[in-house]
This record gives sequence, structure tokens and C-alpha cells, in this order.
Amino acid sequence: MPTYPLIDRLLLIALVLLTITVPILNLGVNADHALYIETYNVTLLGKYLCFALLALSVDLVWGYLGILSLGHGAFFALGGYAMGMYLVRQIGDRGVYGNPDLPDFMVFLNWQEAPWFWTGMEHFPVALTAIVLAPGLLAFVFGWFAFRSRVNGVYLSIITQAMTFALMLAFFRNEMGFGGNNGLTDFKDIWGFSLQSNETRNALFVASGVALLLGYFICQKIVRSRAGLVAQAIRDAESRTRFIGFNVENYKLWFFTFSAILAGIAGALYVPQAGIINPSQMAPLGSIEVVVWVALGGRGSLYGPIIGALLVNYAKSWFTAAFPEYWLFALGALFVISTLYLPNGVMGLFNRKAA
Amino acid sequence: MVLVLSLLSVTAVASEDNELIQTLAPELLSKSKPKRLMAIDEIAASSAPRKALWLQAMIDGDLYQLKKTDEIVLATRQGNTYSLTKASDGTGLDSVKKRALRKIKIDNAMRSYLRSLIGTLALQSDDTEERFQAVYSLLGKVDSDAVEPIRKLKSQEKSERVHEAMGLLISIHDLENGTAEQQADAFEFVSGRLDNDVLNSLRRLSETSADKQVVAQAVMLLDEAESRKRWYTYIETLFFGVSLGSVLVVAAIGLAITFGVMGVINMAHGELIMLGAYTTYFIQQLMPSAIDYSLILAVPAAFIVSGSVGVLIERTVIRHLYGRKLETLLATFGISLLLQQAVRTFISPQNVAVINPSWMTGSWVVNPALSLTLNRLVIIAFCLFVFAVLLFVLTRTRFGLQTRAVAQNRQMARAMGIRSARVDAMTFGLGSGVAGIAGVALSQLGNVGPNLGQSYIIDSFIVVVFGGVGSLWGTLVAGMSLGIGNKLLEPWAGAVLAKILLLVFIILFIQKRPSGLFPQRGRAVES
Repeated sequence: MPTYPLIDRLLLIALVLLTITVPILNLGVNADHALYIETYNVTLLGKYLCFALLALSVDLVWGYLGILSLGHGAFFALGGYAMGMYLVRQIGDRGVYGNPDLPDFMVFLNWQEAPWFWTGMEHFPVALTAIVLAPGLLAFVFGWFAFRSRVNGVYLSIITQAMTFALMLAFFRNEMGFGGNNGLTDFKDIWGFSLQSNETRNALFVASGVALLLGYFICQKIVRSRAGLVAQAIRDAESRTRFIGFNVENYKLWFFTFSAILAGIAGALYVPQAGIINPSQMAPLGSIEVVVWVALGGRGSLYGPIIGALLVNYAKSWFTAAFPEYWLFALGALFVISTLYLPNGVMGLFNRKAA
Repeated sequence: MVLVLSLLSVTAVASEDNELIQTLAPELLSKSKPKRLMAIDEIAASSAPRKALWLQAMIDGDLYQLKKTDEIVLATRQGNTYSLTKASDGTGLDSVKKRALRKIKIDNAMRSYLRSLIGTLALQSDDTEERFQAVYSLLGKVDSDAVEPIRKLKSQEKSERVHEAMGLLISIHDLENGTAEQQADAFEFVSGRLDNDVLNSLRRLSETSADKQVVAQAVMLLDEAESRKRWYTYIETLFFGVSLGSVLVVAAIGLAITFGVMGVINMAHGELIMLGAYTTYFIQQLMPSAIDYSLILAVPAAFIVSGSVGVLIERTVIRHLYGRKLETLLATFGISLLLQQAVRTFISPQNVAVINPSWMTGSWVVNPALSLTLNRLVIIAFCLFVFAVLLFVLTRTRFGLQTRAVAQNRQMARAMGIRSARVDAMTFGLGSGVAGIAGVALSQLGNVGPNLGQSYIIDSFIVVVFGGVGSLWGTLVAGMSLGIGNKLLEPWAGAVLAKILLLVFIILFIQKRPSGLFPQRGRAVES
């Protein structure tokens, strides 16, 4: 496993600088100054950081464990929904129907009371538990079944895709109690601070940056630990690792579950910045797109997916503004080129030059 | 010239017939009821094209004589005045006050006589189909006045179909209103029939009749019919399931080759289907006057279009990725995005309209409780046909043998002199071409647009994985069981929940049998 201490450190420094300077350039600089960053762009960058955290979580299982998950969008969305439920509860009686006990869509559906899983969601600690537990539990149950029966490779990829597809169809149903088609939106505040204010938006940006840095450190600890080495052994030679005496299924299960929780947290940070969460977030296409960020950045390193996510999402914003017609052409070409010519991603190029 | 003359003569005859109402005016307005009835009979027996209109107007009380000119007119009241049209040819006249009109009066007896006359007018049409439709439209609606002329008509009827329908019409009447003897005949006639009107009539009879024996007989027939109907409902569900299964199999079978035999995760499979559907659209645009034959031409055309795109994809991208399955997945997904956007940019982001040929519209009516739509029947037949051809190609031809040899052991196959690169390209082309053919079939069932492929890709993969990778039979069995399972679940779970349940079932099934229903055996599996 090659290491890139220089790039590693550079990226960390860049991330820390980004997290600190962006709020300063938004809040502390005059609007007509050349260095001023608009609030819209702060939020946009914040969303990118959430995507980077999601990419990191996919890379943890794909790059280090060899499990290509096409269903991480589901974990991301579950975390997002948990956060969305908390935010919807914060609306109180300021909704369209002015009902203090029920979210608007339930009033619209003529429901008399909220379903059990909405209980306590107005308290942040409960919501935080849900953010961790919902994706974590799903990943644990799914992984427990899948890894124990040794579903591998392509089959695993396809059933993860089936999982997110099934979940999307389920969330589209009004009866599920998650707002159906429209999802959850129209958020007002978080912790009593208005979501529209510059300060809150900057705070959310900083939170995303800190979460990404924390996630990065934890992942680094994990992959450098004994468990991380075992995971890489599983990726490269699963049967051999099993015969040596490691409990392959347990390693896979815990890595997968942790990765799902990471994705859920990314989703939870994403939703207040995006202002909406709906079932299309679970569309199979979204999960595959994440895989491309990772592939393009370079899997098997922790900074690769972060750089991939930032690059691709920046390109997406640029394309959809400048040439909306051609974004899918560009994305499609990215898929093909990165798999054909960049087996180790953009970061692989640097490595080849260094070597 | 001759044509124009003959047309003129036809209109002349028609107008002469239409003057009949004018010539009968004195009788219609006479005080004597027999005279009026005779006039009505004469109208009914005539060949005047507007006679049904006159009779109906008479019932509605809209037929008048204009006092000034003695013309017979149709009048509709508008506020204080009446707007008029000439009864004979429908030309409009100036509106008049009520005073200027003389009403053609009828009483209740005449009214019901007129009603039965109108009902039987269509029954005397020269067109068999028109007579048949007329009888069916009268089922359960005729009263005793109307049924007598129908009895007469029945004895003269030559068409067996109409004869039978008339029998049904009379029996339904006789069940409730006939003499004891007629009722017994009617019971015999309707036993075993499932028409809704018969069942309604029996139901009423079982509730209202005073005769215990009649009630018992009606109840017996009803029970029998209900249980047979339930049976036909099962058959119908099964039919829906098989047709949905055929759709799944048709969509997935190309993937069974590219993914199943070659091991290439082809995420662009759905877009190859879409290309086939668009080929159908363009063929129909090229030959708008021969839509009925367009599909027959579209099948080979779609095979060629999607097949060549497939070969191109294999030669430029997939060739470099053999042995790296997950990378193939990503690259082909990229290709699917490129193809989708290409269609959006160069053709249209909107759906295009593909026309169903006439031989696929309509349905095959087995009996009143069971009718099978033709387009579903065609899809089922088409699915089996494609399946049989593919099975033949893969197991009975030299090319199929080479394909399987390369799939099982590339090195050994090359050592035996097989040009593996060529076989790869051909096999992928075959799978893609079959996807194109699937597009032709699917274009007949739903929207054809840039997103067509995406709606089938996940289903296709699930069918292939469920059936067992590399097994054509597995794909057939898996597709059919998923289709039937879906339709069995749908009535009580709803369409979306049924789909979710099946997805969950598949996820659990893969845990238990990771290599599907029909796993491959042998050394080649461990790769």
C-alpha cells in the first residue's frame, strides 16, 4: 500500500484553511471587496464537503475492503431524513396549516396523530440518535445477512442497488409517513437559529468541514490499525485471510456499518444546507455517481475520494450553469475515462510521476 | 361524370323517402288512433334515412306541423319561441311562437309502441355486426311489448351469432316476465352463461320470485356461475402475470447473454433497449402508410442498430476491462449516460409516439368473464420465440459452442484455435441486438423516451441474478415467477408495495442461494 505523506498533509492543511477562511471571507469582508464570498457559495461549498464525507465513507468499504456499494445514497438519505424530521418539528405552528402538533403533509393527509417514529424527534439528542441509528441499523441488518451468506462482488453490488431502489419506492408512498413524493422541506430554524441567516449558514459550513476532518482522522486511524490491515487483506485475498483465521464476516460487517453511519452524518449535515430531503435522493443513479467521485479521485487512499467529490461536484455546478445540455455527456465520459485510463484515479497520476 | 350522376340519383331517392313524413302528415294529425298507428307503421317500414329521428321526436313531443305552410317540423323550445328545422331534410327555419305550431299528439300506449319500434329498427339492419351490437345494447332493457317483435325476428335470423344473442335477450326477459314454460326454456338457455345481465336477472329473481322452485334454480345457477367466474379471475391474474413475466424476460434476456454468459456487467443494457424502441419509431416514421408491417421490419432493424452499438462498445471500452467486473460496471454506466443524453440532445428530450399496429389492438373475448388483450398475447408469443431462437443459437450452433468455450476457459479456447476477441465482440453484439429487439416489443407497451432504459435496467439485473447467472432457462423461470408473483401480490398490496416486497424477497433469496435458481456448476464457477 503506497503512502503519500506529502499530499496527505497538503490536503489536510487545505481543508483546515478552507474551513476557517471561507466564513471569514463571507462575514468579515465587505460585500464589494474582491475576496468576498457570497453566502450562496458558502452553502454550496458546505454541500460539497458533505458529499466529500459521503465519498470518504464509500471509499472506506470499496477502497479498503473491496465492497462496491451501490446503495450508500440510501444511508445518506436516511441520515438526511432523520435531520429533516427534527427540522420539520422545529417549524411548530408556522406551517401552512398552522398545526403545532402535526407536520403540514400529515394535516393534508387528514392524519390525526404522527406515527410512532416521529415521537421525540423535536429534541435534538433524539434526532441525533436517529441520524446514527437509522443508517447504522439498516447497514448492520443488511450486512449481517449478506456477509454471513458470503454474497460477494457483483452480486453484493446489485443487491445494494436493489436495497436503495426498494427504499426509494417505499419512501415515495405517502403511507410511510415521510412526506411521500415531496419529502420534507420548508425548514425554518435549527437549535433556534434561523436557517436563512448568514451566521447559521456559515456555522453549518464549519460543521461540515469539521465533520469531514473528524471523519478523515477516524478513517485514517482505522485503516492504519490492525483492523484496517486485515480489511485490506480481505480486499486482496478474501479466502486466504479467512483460512489464516480472521473472522472475515465480522470485519466486513463493522466496516460496512461504520461507513453507513458516516454517510448518514453527511446526509444530516447536507439537509439543512440544501433545505429539502426527498426520496429521489435514494435513486440508484445518485449512489453510482458517488462511486464515480471515488473512482475519479482514486480509491484506496483517503484523500482521493475527497478530491474526487470536490472536483466532480464543482464541475457539475459549472456545467449545469454554463452548458446544462452537456453535463451528462461530461459525466458519462468521466465514468469511461476514469475506469479506462485512471485505474488509480487522479491521485494515481501524481503517484506515477513521483515514482 | 358517371360517378357524379349516380351520387345525384342516390340523393334524389333519399329525399323522396324523406318526403314521406310530409305525405303522411294528414294521417299523423288525424283524430283516429288506428290511422295514426298505421302512419307510424308505414314510417317504420319505410327506408327513409331519418325515420329513427322522427320516431324519437314523436316520443319526445318535438314533432309539430307549421300552421302556415303545413310543413312537418322538429321544434325545440328556446324561451318563448321555438326554433325549427324541417323534418324532411333538416334545413333550418325561422323561429316561431307556440301559436304557429300544431303538435302531433301521442298517448302512453303509442309511446311504448314507438319505443319498441325504435329498439327493433336497428335489429332489422342489413349489417350483421350492427344487428349484433343492437341486440347486445338491448340486453336486460326490453319490456314485454318489445320482446314480441324480437321473437319474430329471431325466427327469421340467419346469422348464428345474432340468433344466439337474440336468444339471450329473450331469455333474460323470460326469466322474470315470461310464462312458466318460457321461464323453464330460459333457465335452460342461460345455464352456464356468465353475462352480467344474466347474473343480475338471476339475482333479482332469487330475491323476488314467489315460486320456491324457481328461487332454488336461480340460486343454483348463480352459485355455479360465481365459482366459475372466480376460476376465470385466477386465469386472468395468471395471464397478467405471464405477460408481465414475458416483458421481464424479454427485457432481461439480452443481459442474460452479456452478463450471464460473458460476465460483463452491462449497465448500458437499458439504453440498448431504448435504441431498439427508437428504431421502431423511426421505421414507423419512414413508412406511415404501412404501420401494420412496420414492426416486422423493426425487429431486424433494431437488432442491427443495437447490435452494432454493442459491438462498438465492446471494441472500444469493454475489451480493455475483462477481468475487472466492477470497473466494467462503472464504464458501461458512463456509456448509458452518454447514450441517454445523445438521444435527448439529437432527437428530443420528450417522449415520442410509437403507434400500435391494428393487429395488436383489441382483445380476444373467450367468454363474458374472460377476455385477453391481444398486445399481451403477442408479447408472450414474442418472448417465447426470442427465447427459443437464443437457446438454439447458444446450444446448437458453432458460434454458440465457441461462445460457451470462451466463457468457460478463455486460454484453452484460444489454444483450440478460437479467435476469442472476435467471439467476444460477436457475443456482446448478439446480447445487445437482443436488447434492441426487446426495445421493439417494449415500445408497444409504454412510453418511448430517453428514460426508457432506466426503468428496465434494475428489473433486468434482478431477473438474471435471481435466475442464476449464465442460465437462459433460469432467466425464463425467474422472469415468469417474478411476473406472476407481482400480479398475485398486487390485488391486496398495491403495485408499489408488491414491487417492494419482491425486491426484499430477492435480497433475502440471494442470501440463501447466492448463485440464483439455476447455479452454474463446475470449475469455471470459481473465478
